[in-house]
Amino acid sequence: MTMLSIADLSVTFGGLHALKNLQFEVEEGEIVSVIGPNGAGKTTFFNMISGMVTPTAGEIIFEGESLLGLDPSQVTERGIARTFQNVRLFANMTILENVMVAQHCRTHQKVFGALFQTKAFKSEEDAIRKYGEEVLSFFGSRLVGYRLDQPASVLSYANRRRLEIARAMATRPRLLLLDEPVAGMNPRESAELTELIGRLRSEWGFSIVMIEHDMSVVRDVSDRVVVLDHGETIAQGPYNQVANDPKVVEAYLGRPVGSESSTEEIRP
Amino acid sequence: MATAHDAKPRSRVLWVDRFLTLIRIGFIFLISVGLLAFIAQQIDPQNPLARWLNPDATGLTAAQFKGLLVTGLAQGAMYGLIALGYSMVYGVLGFINFAHGEVFMVGAMSGMITSNKLADAGLWEDAFIPSLMFVVVTSILISTAVAVIMERIAYRPLRGAPRLIPLITSIGVSFFLQNVSVVLLGPGAKSYPSLPSWLSQKRSLIGFEIEGTKLVVLLTAAVSMAGLWFLVERTKTGKAMRAVAEDKEIASLMGINVNRTIVTTFAVGGAMAGVAGILWGILFRSVIHTTGFLPGIKAFSAAVVGGIGNLGGAMAGGLSLGAAEATAPLVLLEPLGVDGVSQLRDAVAFAVLILVLLVRPSGLFGERLSEEDRV
Amino acid sequence: MTATSESVSISQTPGIAWRKQTRFALIGALSSAFVALAGMPVGLDRRSIVYPVLSMGYLSLLWIPFVLASLAGSETVLEGMTARTRGKKDLLAGGLVGFGSASGLALLMLLIQNFDLRDPLVNWSPQLLNLLAFNQPLAVGMFLWLAFGSALGLLGGAMHVLPKKIRSHIRNVVLTVLAVSVLETFLTDLLEGFGLEILTDYIYYKRGGLEIVGALLVAALALLVPLLVGTKLTDAKQKVVSLPADERRRVNLVLLAASAAALFVLPFFLGKITNELLANVGLFVLLALGLNIVVGLAGILDLGYVAFFAVGGYTTAVLTSPNSPGFSPELPWPVALIIVILLTGLVGLFIGAPVIRMRGDYLAIVTLGFGEIIRLLFLSDWLSGWFGGAQGITNIPGVNVGIATVKGTDPRSVFLLSVVLRASAVYVSWRLENSRLGRAWMAIREDEDVAEAMGVNTTNTKLMAFVVGAVLASFSGAIFSAKVGSIFPSSFLMLVSIIILVVVIVGGMGNITGVIVGALVLIGVLGGPKQPGLLQEFSQFKLLIYGALLVWMMLKRPEGLVPNVRRTRELHQEEFLQDAWLKGEIDTDDQEDPQ
Repeated sequence: MTMLSIADLSVTFGGLHALKNLQFEVEEGEIVSVIGPNGAGKTTFFNMISGMVTPTAGEIIFEGESLLGLDPSQVTERGIARTFQNVRLFANMTILENVMVAQHCRTHQKVFGALFQTKAFKSEEDAIRKYGEEVLSFFGSRLVGYRLDQPASVLSYANRRRLEIARAMATRPRLLLLDEPVAGMNPRESAELTELIGRLRSEWGFSIVMIEHDMSVVRDVSDRVVVLDHGETIAQGPYNQVANDPKVVEAYLGRPVGSESSTEEIRP
Repeated sequence: MATAHDAKPRSRVLWVDRFLTLIRIGFIFLISVGLLAFIAQQIDPQNPLARWLNPDATGLTAAQFKGLLVTGLAQGAMYGLIALGYSMVYGVLGFINFAHGEVFMVGAMSGMITSNKLADAGLWEDAFIPSLMFVVVTSILISTAVAVIMERIAYRPLRGAPRLIPLITSIGVSFFLQNVSVVLLGPGAKSYPSLPSWLSQKRSLIGFEIEGTKLVVLLTAAVSMAGLWFLVERTKTGKAMRAVAEDKEIASLMGINVNRTIVTTFAVGGAMAGVAGILWGILFRSVIHTTGFLPGIKAFSAAVVGGIGNLGGAMAGGLSLGAAEATAPLVLLEPLGVDGVSQLRDAVAFAVLILVLLVRPSGLFGERLSEEDRV
Repeated sequence: MTATSESVSISQTPGIAWRKQTRFALIGALSSAFVALAGMPVGLDRRSIVYPVLSMGYLSLLWIPFVLASLAGSETVLEGMTARTRGKKDLLAGGLVGFGSASGLALLMLLIQNFDLRDPLVNWSPQLLNLLAFNQPLAVGMFLWLAFGSALGLLGGAMHVLPKKIRSHIRNVVLTVLAVSVLETFLTDLLEGFGLEILTDYIYYKRGGLEIVGALLVAALALLVPLLVGTKLTDAKQKVVSLPADERRRVNLVLLAASAAALFVLPFFLGKITNELLANVGLFVLLALGLNIVVGLAGILDLGYVAFFAVGGYTTAVLTSPNSPGFSPELPWPVALIIVILLTGLVGLFIGAPVIRMRGDYLAIVTLGFGEIIRLLFLSDWLSGWFGGAQGITNIPGVNVGIATVKGTDPRSVFLLSVVLRASAVYVSWRLENSRLGRAWMAIREDEDVAEAMGVNTTNTKLMAFVVGAVLASFSGAIFSAKVGSIFPSSFLMLVSIIILVVVIVGGMGNITGVIVGALVLIGVLGGPKQPGLLQEFSQFKLLIYGALLVWMMLKRPEGLVPNVRRTRELHQEEFLQDAWLKGEIDTDDQEDPQ
């Protein structure tokens, strides 16, 4: 079943075409990587799916319904969660609170319940807490135990990235958008996270779209790779096919000196 | 643990948006009805529409209207001068300097003190023009000093702070300055010495009857605007100010001394407010510690109406606000059946502010703000 | 290469920053002159701190050299830096600052003697001169000030030389003596209620202020009591903290119940004036708690907050008073209260909905505009058929709570009622803070865009805060109406919003205890917008002090006096992180903890 279907997506920022007629699809249960040189429009792409930026043209369909015009919180409610390229945690809230507040759109208690401490309120709070701990324990013992009540600002960099993912998981999405999940991690940490991403699909059932620059991660875990450059898709397919595609090489490294100008068209 | 498939959330147009649209329609409706009623009244005070809405309304003669308009424009010119300071500081630092209205008040107060001293010495009557020049210059110096000191003590340490903090600080500074005036100078209203009669008499100018004082106000405002335009567009300092307003970091990378430019911005804004203070003194001849509050808010509205960060817009906004404030009570509200409208003049000013921020927050002429301040 | 026996420290411990000292001396001189010309010495002279040695008037000048010298010598020592070794030079520096400050006064005295600037500066008078000169000839007076100034400055500098223990003792003694003197009316009232007037008669002078003997006694107690009891208290606290969770909760509950009981019983031991004062403070606490939710929890600066206070008051007046023009159903107060809550909720929604999505500073101004519009409407002739215009509405009946009638003439019952309502406000704040809604508010304050991306509907959530705050304000308005018996638009100036803001900020944004403390200290001691506090003489100066306080707090301590641990972290994040890193508390290891 096609989970996410994007057609002719374009956005212009004051003369700059950040995205041009983008086509993109994700099937249920897939892990798709989006790669491309810097400035290709990858994060803008995520921003549009999550509702933070409005496209100038095109359509985004998630599970059969259009996402255009929705607020980011509504998009999250529909079942898409994302992480951010520069980790944006709620630094002064505790680790547990970070994953508790992420469950906001899945929970219902309001002022009345809080004021009168109704049974429904208490049981919901317990459920929120339990689920938060469950999500955090996916990352081993790092984010649990005494850590739960520490402010998120004391975490190491790698743990922050993990908490960022945990927070996205806590919103109970069906599609996860991970923006450079292993950026800044050392090889050991990246390898571990790669395995975890695989488990996100196999154990938790998420479909995943991932922006990444680290090719070993891309190679090890993706079903399919999409290459963006200057706002357009220039190649698509399994990793090995894409890695050897001359268009992709050119996008990253440029044309070798002395070769004739090619007349290949760049089309998605 | 895949998530349970929730019941499909209905796509919602936020009820807040619907509500906002309702309010906008309401405002437009109200204004149109008011205008219609006014026109109906002018055409024939006895016609049934006018009678129904407000039987006591008397309508306006052309002369009355022109008089109101001139008064409104003169006040608006002062609002415009004050608005320049708000606009510039917002453009450069990204927050509302609440205390700017008090800088205006300080200008008016110092003018009051100097002019009274000169009057005691007999110079005010004998050598009016030089005395006035002296008063204006001292007023400008003092307002500028206050603005610069304010920046140094209260705002510079808070340069990187979350935006609410300097705003709250500026409220504190405003409050403090008002009460400094009370404790040092006493709580009552104070008056300027009387003006020579050749200044305050009415003259005829292009079909408008205008008092000399109002003429002075309008001319001074025009001259100040011209001077400011020259400063901002033609001098290096002005260029630096524009650069810092656009992007502080890059400006400093280009070798511009950002701190000094910010101080200059405050100083220029303060000087404009000082001039406005003297003009107020000349026009109304009375000043009290709360003189800065209402004009300050109205000037800020003017700055927003014109587009924050946009200096020409600030003056235009000021003039339009002044005109609206003077004419709207009698043109719009009275025909609608509201009595005692002059009391509600200030409410009109606030309503205009709210209306502009709701309908077109980027102002009539568009904002000129850096990206970071825009958020 | 042999190591040299002399080690050179990497960071050369710096000497005294003389430029800083001169700057502070200059500030001191200007402040002293300002305080004198503001009328504080003369105006506050009536109140004695220690009779006949020290009056509040003189204190208003004497604190300047001491505090400024102390500040000039203070240094923030971050982890990893070595503090400067203190010595005689610090005393000298302090003395210099003190001398400089005093010379400002001396200069002023000289000027007053020889010039007359009474015209603009209303306090420029021979009376001031006499007071400054201690009723001695000018030269003697000037000399005395220079001497006092230098001595106090020296003491201020000495505060950094003395060991920490002695410093805290000195601080305790000074603050206790001051507090006992300032709280004289309250303490006398309280002890009288218990029949212990003898104590207060002994230490206080008949016409106000402490007797010298009394002051010495209090000072002695302030020294001894901490020495004797201090360790016992910390031990007890330790014991309580180490108890298992539910035992601890039980202890907390017992303490809470005890203080609640004390609070209920208190008014019966206090005289009329103090009760009146506490009732006023209570009203402000209610208002401040509401604004605390709006500003402190959700980060919305609502400058028109007083409008909701007005709506509550006027609605109650219209619904309950027989004199209400236009529409006079004369409902009983509790019924009116319910209508007030509903109506204010609606008004809050009406005002909040359009503005809630504006950026912070625009929102502040717009709410201010709304506040003023509402006040002007209540004041207007146009609506005077309903609200009485400038004459307001009178003859509002007191509150009938079945057991007793609460009326303005019986401050005790007003106090009790306000305690009940305040307790509910505290409860509301507390519960909301630790709920789904509270977390959403916190997230919005942290990073609004990310909160939205995490599924929080920021618009509705912020609106919720706005409305809850509005409803709490209207509570206060309803009590205010019933208590005072009449309502006028002049009670709802923007001034009130600002004072509430000062209370919230000084007490601690987002922090319930802080807000209560802030209200007690500020409104109780200095006074509210129209009501005098314990120190009535400050009425002319309280607004000035509030303004200065607001600026000061924002610059130095934006988290307030009784800070929320979380908030302090927010506002001093860099320092907190640096400290934590240096202390090794930051998580650096990436290994899974061996289980």
